[in-house]
Amino acid sequence: MDKENTNIIEMRHIVKDFDGFKANNDINLTLRKGEILALLGENGAGKSTLMRILSGLLQPTSGEIFVKGQKVTIDGPIAAQKLGIGMVHQHFMLADAFTVLENIILGHETTKGLQLDLKKARQDLLALSQHYGLAIEPDAKVANITVAQQQRVEILKVLYRGADILIFDEPTAVLTPQEITEFIKIIKNLAAEGKSIILITHKLKEIKASANRVAVIRHGQSIGTVNVAEANDEELAEMMVGRHVNFKLQKKQAALGKDVLQVKDLHVKEDRGAEAVKGLSFKVRQGEILGIAGIDGNGQDELVEALTGLRKVESGKIIIKDKDMTNEKVRKITEWGVSHVPADRQKYGLILQLPLYENLALQTYYQKPYSNHGIMNFKAIRKHAKELIQKFDVRTSSDALKASELSGGNQQKAIIARELDRNSDLIVVFQPTRGLDVGAIEYIHKQLLAQRDAGKAILLVSYELDEIMQLSDRILVLHNGQESGEVRPDDTTEKELGLLMTGINRKEGAESAR
Amino acid sequence: MRVSPKAKNILVPIIAVIAGFLVGAVIMLLWSYDPIEAYSSMFQSALGSMNGVGETIREATPLIFTAIGFQIASAAGFFNIGLPGQAQAGWLASVWFALANQNMPSYLLVPLEIIIGVVAGAVVAGIAGVLRAYFGTNEVIVTIMLNYVVLYSCQYLMQQTMSSKLRISTDSTKTVVNGSLQVGWLTKMFGYSRINTGIFMAIIALVIFWFLMKKTTTGFEIKSVGLNPFASRYAGMSAKKNIIVSMLLSGAFAGMGGVIQGLGTYQNYFTQTASVDIGFDGMSVALLGAGSALGIFLAALLFSILKIGGLGMQTLAGIPYEIVSIVIAAIIFFVGIKYVIELLFKNKTPQTIEATGTTGTGKEGEA
Amino acid sequence: MSIVSMLALIVSSSLVYAAPMIFTSIGGAFSEHSGIVNVGLEGIMTMGAFASIVFNLTFAHTFGNATPWLGALVGGIVGLLFSILHAVATVNWRADHIISGTVLNLMASPLAVFLIKAIYNKGQTENITANFGNFSFPVLAQIPILGPIFFENTSAPAWVAIVLAIFMWWLLYKTRFGLRLRASGENPQAADTMGVNVYAMRYAGVLISGFLGGVGGAVFAQAISGNFSVSTIVGQGFMALAAMIFGKWDPIGAMLSSIFFGFAQSLSIIGNQLPGFSHIPSVYLQIAPYVITILVLVLFLGKSVAPAADGQNYIKSK
Repeated sequence: MDKENTNIIEMRHIVKDFDGFKANNDINLTLRKGEILALLGENGAGKSTLMRILSGLLQPTSGEIFVKGQKVTIDGPIAAQKLGIGMVHQHFMLADAFTVLENIILGHETTKGLQLDLKKARQDLLALSQHYGLAIEPDAKVANITVAQQQRVEILKVLYRGADILIFDEPTAVLTPQEITEFIKIIKNLAAEGKSIILITHKLKEIKASANRVAVIRHGQSIGTVNVAEANDEELAEMMVGRHVNFKLQKKQAALGKDVLQVKDLHVKEDRGAEAVKGLSFKVRQGEILGIAGIDGNGQDELVEALTGLRKVESGKIIIKDKDMTNEKVRKITEWGVSHVPADRQKYGLILQLPLYENLALQTYYQKPYSNHGIMNFKAIRKHAKELIQKFDVRTSSDALKASELSGGNQQKAIIARELDRNSDLIVVFQPTRGLDVGAIEYIHKQLLAQRDAGKAILLVSYELDEIMQLSDRILVLHNGQESGEVRPDDTTEKELGLLMTGINRKEGAESAR
Repeated sequence: MRVSPKAKNILVPIIAVIAGFLVGAVIMLLWSYDPIEAYSSMFQSALGSMNGVGETIREATPLIFTAIGFQIASAAGFFNIGLPGQAQAGWLASVWFALANQNMPSYLLVPLEIIIGVVAGAVVAGIAGVLRAYFGTNEVIVTIMLNYVVLYSCQYLMQQTMSSKLRISTDSTKTVVNGSLQVGWLTKMFGYSRINTGIFMAIIALVIFWFLMKKTTTGFEIKSVGLNPFASRYAGMSAKKNIIVSMLLSGAFAGMGGVIQGLGTYQNYFTQTASVDIGFDGMSVALLGAGSALGIFLAALLFSILKIGGLGMQTLAGIPYEIVSIVIAAIIFFVGIKYVIELLFKNKTPQTIEATGTTGTGKEGEA
Repeated sequence: MSIVSMLALIVSSSLVYAAPMIFTSIGGAFSEHSGIVNVGLEGIMTMGAFASIVFNLTFAHTFGNATPWLGALVGGIVGLLFSILHAVATVNWRADHIISGTVLNLMASPLAVFLIKAIYNKGQTENITANFGNFSFPVLAQIPILGPIFFENTSAPAWVAIVLAIFMWWLLYKTRFGLRLRASGENPQAADTMGVNVYAMRYAGVLISGFLGGVGGAVFAQAISGNFSVSTIVGQGFMALAAMIFGKWDPIGAMLSSIFFGFAQSLSIIGNQLPGFSHIPSVYLQIAPYVITILVLVLFLGKSVAPAADGQNYIKSK
């Protein structure tokens, strides 16, 4: 019991001010030795900022940090390392062109004479990897290994530096349900070895499955710390969001109409020339949402790009509203009645440096009344932009604000406004709520359901199982560019979906797993 | 100091210019030249007489064209460092055509020689555009290489291909009489300087450039592709088309700069041993002018005052002419580090961008 | 002309022209591996050439045969000092790398000519008396056939550059410094979180390019042009940049492509001495290196393999 109550880290009254914006505003946090502490909060609540302060990447504006009872200043990653603190970042901090080994030793190299001693480093690494059961290939290029393997590299990187306090920033966002189970086993094992762990997350299920205590922060402030065993989901969600949260969406019976999208034996290659979509066939009908589930990198990008004309189709057919649209130009597909909400809103969805009104006209600027014989009519463009801002509740001080100045949720609303406004029959949405807060997620989900009820055909591609389960009428699971199964949300489980996502079909049974 | 973002856009180049002059002054002081004498003799000779003013305007004319050329490519996201080659191609082509058709009526000759020069510049730049569009070849390297290809090819063409009847020596062509852009009344008005009708064309070009970039769908597409090629492609714009169109336009304006040199300033073509100077000077003008039509106009005039005045400074004050180029380079340096200059001023409104960058719920939100 | 003496002429003149480019392109590779694009190599070479000629003219009677080598060192130091401008602008002051590099190019030759005028009262220097000249390796030159071709009357700086390329390859790929430098150009944020001082690495990359570019300019001035004027360095730096890209950012690759470009350039100079080349119009030989560079880029290097974060400013959050 004594061990349980030793505070290995105490952060007191931490404030972090970014030019007048307080990302952390008087946060207190304690971590006990050997425990798993979950840090719960919405996107933008200040979790990452707090942990970056703890790992020396940011300096607090004010506040104190105690490690093992000693007051410390953590003025850089090296100082954090010396205190035994290591962080596994959400966006992996790996150089793609380097090998696993090079990535792990970087900044902590062993040398023999003037030269790197890769032999010894490799031995040390393999010993560590065996001890913790984290299998890796030291000489593989990071660009060529899976996301789960990259995460193991990140964990080993921290352990290689002798950390006994490990911080994980949203570690499960990129993993399959099975990989998540595996991951939880790994961190429990680490905690049993005496490591203390902070787990940043907004997923209540994982907290239940792994953590001892949970600290909740909201709008940069500490809300409270509770023992996981004594808390229930509703309470935690309310602490996180600050109001009552409705977990279930109201969904009407689907009223199906004609086929809008037909995909037949589609083959698409990825950038490096390997086949990414391997003979996919499916249909989407009026008034339904077809969810495409799967782990990131199983052909989703290529599928969406092929459907919207951004990527060449090698063979097969894409038929939209009875017309063959295979390998047509983007604009022709758009004009034929396809709306596309891209996965990466800042890279594909918006031109961040341009004003909001020009972004809202990005698909229509060349048409009347927005332009005439190649001359733009900004009056018409701005009038229409103002209408869209009103109708879709985009929160902005002006239609002339640069897109970069909007919050993520409002950027996404602007894209949704632009795409839904065109009244297309087929709506392709890819990761529509990534990184958004609960309010924006609710809003976007409602908009999509309204479109479905209005008779549109919607193809929803998402890595978030919850989102797929809540919105879809049918779910097609993608694995390795192929369909590994089609299920209905009412008669499937997350476990079954997880197995399908790794390519194991329930009919084939577990023994035929490849 | 708190200023609005718009005022900042104006203050940055002004501070860059002042700082550039100061750098020049320091260098002169280090070598015991008198900077005050230098700068006053500079302004005196550039603006103190009608001839000086005429020469300054004449100097600015081709720079306006090459600067517009640079700026159009730059808006599309390309660094067209091949302006010298494009200008040189326009120069040789227009002079050659004019000399070969001295009997053509001038109302026909003038538009034709201009078109020929513009097309020549566009073709040279177009090569880089096509290679970039279809093979992804880095346009910076290609345009640098094309500068040398044009440099040597022009020399060969003039010495070996051009009829010797059009030349007075292996190093120079005859003078263009019919089809020259110099006109009597203008020449007389500005004290027999080499000022020519090109300046009126340059002003028209600035208006066209402004209209193109601000009011047309073509300009909107060029700008969009330059700012975010991925989103532009998503929105159905053709990246390939825009790359090629912007490079063709860029080269066309650069070629026009060469036409002005050939038919306005020198009225002939002579062997060039290094890249023609209006190329890199035009780039400097565009960088200082910060992409706006008015900015380009003012920057071209400023650099011309420096360059024309520099000649006077050399004769009157005995200070090496190179100080002018040093000042210009220093000004561009300060434009390049505008981030530091901007630190001197605070925005009137709180920085919303940075706030969303760190908190916001966007992609980088939690990073 | 016998085949051996013809080959000897081709090899030695290729090496003479390659030497400045080898030094400079290796420097460029280090700058870009650290994440800083350096199109200012041309200007750096100009400053190196200028400094070495001034040094050479001033100290030739003091140092005798060692003068050009010391001149190269001085050229390197001046190139390094000049490149600090680029390093500060791009690393600390968030300047666009291409604009900042272009400033080096715009600044170098007027500055050098201004100083020449200030020192000598004319725009062009005298010819130097102590230049690199030819060098024959003591034992190796005696080897039959290979000796005369490669080791007799050849360019000593070129052989130094070739050895340097191998050393720099080792430094870049086999040492702690090289690993950290490359990490700064591949993923500066990752390097930062691992405690690598990204700014220091980027400074190191740019300053190495400044030193080697200065040496390259000095070698060109003291082995080829023999004096300094506004037209001493015209395009050598840009060719070195192309050699670096052609060599896929690898020091040994840059060295090999520099030798190839040296060969292409020397053809236009020695072409009329070679049978079969004398009736080709000189313009084809003059533009060959540039056209070949473009063709090579188009055919073999459509997709570039530059370091992932090359040209991106890294802004450390505080």
